[in-house]
Amino acid sequence: MLALLAKRLTNCLVLLLASTFLCYLISSVALDPRAYFEDRTPRPAAAVVDARLAELGLDRGTPVTERFGHWAWRALHGDLGRTLDGTSVNAEFGRRVGVTARLLIVGTVVGTVLGVLAGVWAAVRRGGLPDRALTLFSFVVLSVPPFVLGLLLQAGALTVNDAAGRTVIRYTGERTPGFEGGPASQLGDAAVHLALPTISVALGAIAAYSRYQRGATLDVLASDHLRTAQAKGLTPGRALLRHGLRTSLIPLTAFFSFGFLTLFTGAVFTEKIYGWHGMGSWFIESVQRGDVNAAMAVEVFSAALVLLAGLVADLLHGALDPRVRYA
Amino acid sequence: MTGDALLDVRGLRVGVVGAGRSPGPELVRGVDLRLCRGEVLGLVGESGAGKTLTALALLGLCPPGVEVSGSVRLLGRELVGLPVRELARVRGRHIAMVFQDALTAFTPVQRVGDQIGEVLRIHQRPRPGRESALRAAIELLDTVGVPEPDRAARSYPHQLSGGMRQRAMIAMAMAGRPDVIVADEPTSALDVTVQAQVLQALATARRATGAALLLVSHDLGVVAGTADRVAVMYGGRIVESAGTDALFARPRMPYTMGLIGSVPRVDGEAPPAPVPGEPPAVGDIGPGCAFAPRCPLAEQSCRARLPELTGDGGHFVACHRADEAAMRGSVELFPPSGYRKPPEKGAEPEPVLRIAGLAKSFPAPRGFGQWSPWRGRTNTAQHVVPALESVDLEVRRGETLGLVGESGAGKSTTLLEVISLAAPRTGTIEILGQDTSSLSRDAARRLRGAVQLVPQDPMSSLDPRMPVGDIVAEPLWVQRMPADRVAARVAEVLRLVGLGPDDMSACPHRFSGGQRQRIAIARALAARPQLLLLDEPLSALDVSVGAGILDLLRRLREGPGPSCLFVSHDLAVVRHIADRVAVMHAGRVVETGEVKEVFERPAHPYTRALLDAVSVPDPALQRTRTTVVLRGDPPAAGEHMTGCRFRTRCPVFASLRREQQKRCEREIPATLKTAVGGGRSVACHFPLTHPRDGSGQDSFPVAG
Repeated sequence: MLALLAKRLTNCLVLLLASTFLCYLISSVALDPRAYFEDRTPRPAAAVVDARLAELGLDRGTPVTERFGHWAWRALHGDLGRTLDGTSVNAEFGRRVGVTARLLIVGTVVGTVLGVLAGVWAAVRRGGLPDRALTLFSFVVLSVPPFVLGLLLQAGALTVNDAAGRTVIRYTGERTPGFEGGPASQLGDAAVHLALPTISVALGAIAAYSRYQRGATLDVLASDHLRTAQAKGLTPGRALLRHGLRTSLIPLTAFFSFGFLTLFTGAVFTEKIYGWHGMGSWFIESVQRGDVNAAMAVEVFSAALVLLAGLVADLLHGALDPRVRYA
Repeated sequence: MTGDALLDVRGLRVGVVGAGRSPGPELVRGVDLRLCRGEVLGLVGESGAGKTLTALALLGLCPPGVEVSGSVRLLGRELVGLPVRELARVRGRHIAMVFQDALTAFTPVQRVGDQIGEVLRIHQRPRPGRESALRAAIELLDTVGVPEPDRAARSYPHQLSGGMRQRAMIAMAMAGRPDVIVADEPTSALDVTVQAQVLQALATARRATGAALLLVSHDLGVVAGTADRVAVMYGGRIVESAGTDALFARPRMPYTMGLIGSVPRVDGEAPPAPVPGEPPAVGDIGPGCAFAPRCPLAEQSCRARLPELTGDGGHFVACHRADEAAMRGSVELFPPSGYRKPPEKGAEPEPVLRIAGLAKSFPAPRGFGQWSPWRGRTNTAQHVVPALESVDLEVRRGETLGLVGESGAGKSTTLLEVISLAAPRTGTIEILGQDTSSLSRDAARRLRGAVQLVPQDPMSSLDPRMPVGDIVAEPLWVQRMPADRVAARVAEVLRLVGLGPDDMSACPHRFSGGQRQRIAIARALAARPQLLLLDEPLSALDVSVGAGILDLLRRLREGPGPSCLFVSHDLAVVRHIADRVAVMHAGRVVETGEVKEVFERPAHPYTRALLDAVSVPDPALQRTRTTVVLRGDPPAAGEHMTGCRFRTRCPVFASLRREQQKRCEREIPATLKTAVGGGRSVACHFPLTHPRDGSGQDSFPVAG
């Protein structure tokens, strides 16, 4: 078991290395950090720019493989280099991951749980009003672009605030600047800021997961073992809960693990709209500026998470399904 | 009828909920049943008769989309229309169910013991803890004869063998000490040898709980040996019900007569008599008797008016012409086809198929998903499952060889190896004198025309979008036959299998199971093959329909037809179609010989056990036969074992002296021509000798 896990991890590492190299190759070809410096006013001398780029490890004079080797060696030692501004990528990375996690984790968890429950509910009431309402809801949420949804939510918040006559719901930033108070009121302030992004993330998750869960539950509802459970004397609801839920979750393990782990790579629109400076917006900014080191940090992180998600999905599958554990 | 009726069903109807105002078709059309304390009632019928729906309706477990009406009274309490909460309190405690397919009926992700114990945790007050419920479950598993019950209780359903799972299902049904157990085809997916064990477990469960049993089955033999009374269903109604002996000895409804007569008997030479036509499709039943279109006695009143179930002395019949039918008798109503065995062809003819030392193994099954951390991707020697160890077979020109054995014995694998026309890894296959390992492309194509296959399932083996004419013509196109001759040949073979020229342009979905199997046979015969391979051609069909196909296959042999290799798990069918029989066990042929010889004087203990396990539709005879003939399960694939593969289950082995047993443990028995006669060969160190007394009751002799 442990040996197999080690083998799987080794596979993952090889894949990670390959994807990292490819990312570096693409980034260093596509991104032009020189432009960032040359656009400054006053325009710095070419020699200064060269020196600065060499310092950052981005000098186009050295071959890309050498630059990669240099970068990878330092990355292996836990140093992801510096951004074009000269700040540490590590520090920025840590800060941004935290922001993204705070922004998205509640919404994703709430959305997943509610999505699963809604899916089960819709399947049980198949063809009924709740089912049709949920279908319509999912259809609308999934077909409306996320930024439109965000803007609509903000408009809704404005209406609420206007009606209340004061700012009940805050829709930009993580905290109110200059807000003073004890830990409790600080937490309250954070919650007020978190409300809208959480709703917008949760809505998307509910829309998507409820569809998957509905289908999986319908399969289980038609299964023989659920009928057996009822023949033993369980009411239909209890039978579904005790004998159906776990089997219906098995096909969804992959969705869940990918959904949860890719959460950390950020939600570009959500972050932009609500003015949170998380991973998603960082990646966009880095690409715009041509900041190879910062972009690489995000890319490697994403690759690692995708590989990890695959591993977690398999482990989850095995944990839920004894047929995989004991063939 | 006297006795307190535990379960009283009256006018039970199950109909599909129609769209809009018009009601959908009815699947169960007014069923009356009475079940008294301690009684076993057999409910028999063919697929689509409404047996399973009736059983499910008793527990209120019908699938959504159907409507149940009528009355089901259990212990005087009306169950139809009871709210689900009330119903849940009755299920499991007063009425329990044993489902057909135990693999899907158990929850795959929970341990078997916990699932059995759950019944107690639902119904017993004070509610037992998880541990004590598990202990009770282990006890129940022990009661129904599951070996190593504590290990079985801690296993997941997929880890148990089919027979063990079904017994665990029975243990689960008896856990709540119900008053009534409903068993829906509890043995139909199992090997005959395991079937006997499961039936015994059912009997044990009944003894332990005192429950009455409703045994739903299509297998008349099983019902004959188990039931006190039998009710026969056809087209959603009970058409006849009587005490078991009376029903089998003196059936009065023509359908019952036809059904009993269409069962191939393993213990007799008389061929099964086919019932013309096929069971009615749902919603395709007229106002009269559902059997009228197939009934030789049907007259105008039968088609116009529904016969009521009436009778006296416990024998009830729903038939306008019951008296006439009883007078005429079943042989007159459904005469067995006139079939003459072709004259003996003198000296032993040359073989068309010769298999020698054929072996085949498969990579060990890996679950779904291409990789899992619980099991690696390794595929080394120990991850190979041998399906065939060493098979020697010969099919001679003009003869039919029956290949029988339990599931997993390698019958179908052998067939697939032959039809692949590829060089086997180990061993040789010679078809019409040509070794398959040295075939040229062209020779292989020509050989393909000479070797044809009739697959098991006619539902999935015909291209649903292809007209029947094209399906049958395809082998001829492959053989590059000119178009005008193709058309003539297609019409000819379709007529041969009993289909008309109009059927050529229709697609397979228009046809019933029996007709599709006829189409599959026509396709196989089109290219005038010299070797016909039949893979369980009757197992997907109803008895009365299967008898028709069996009749067709027998008639084909009157002419200069192909030689046949007929694979079947059903020994009774083989008795009526084959000239010679080969018995397979664990990837080896353990006995071969003339059918009559082998069936009447089996030399291998395994053959003997198989024959003894087959049920016959004769209550008096069957009651004396339903003893468990073999303990344990067929060897699991990949189980490593030295010596004779059968010895762990072998009754002869158990009776041997220790030094004789050592021989069985060390040496794999070679296939030897024995002195039993009839060109017989047996692979056994201690074959049975027969001091035959003719009763069929002699015990296993203790070899000296």
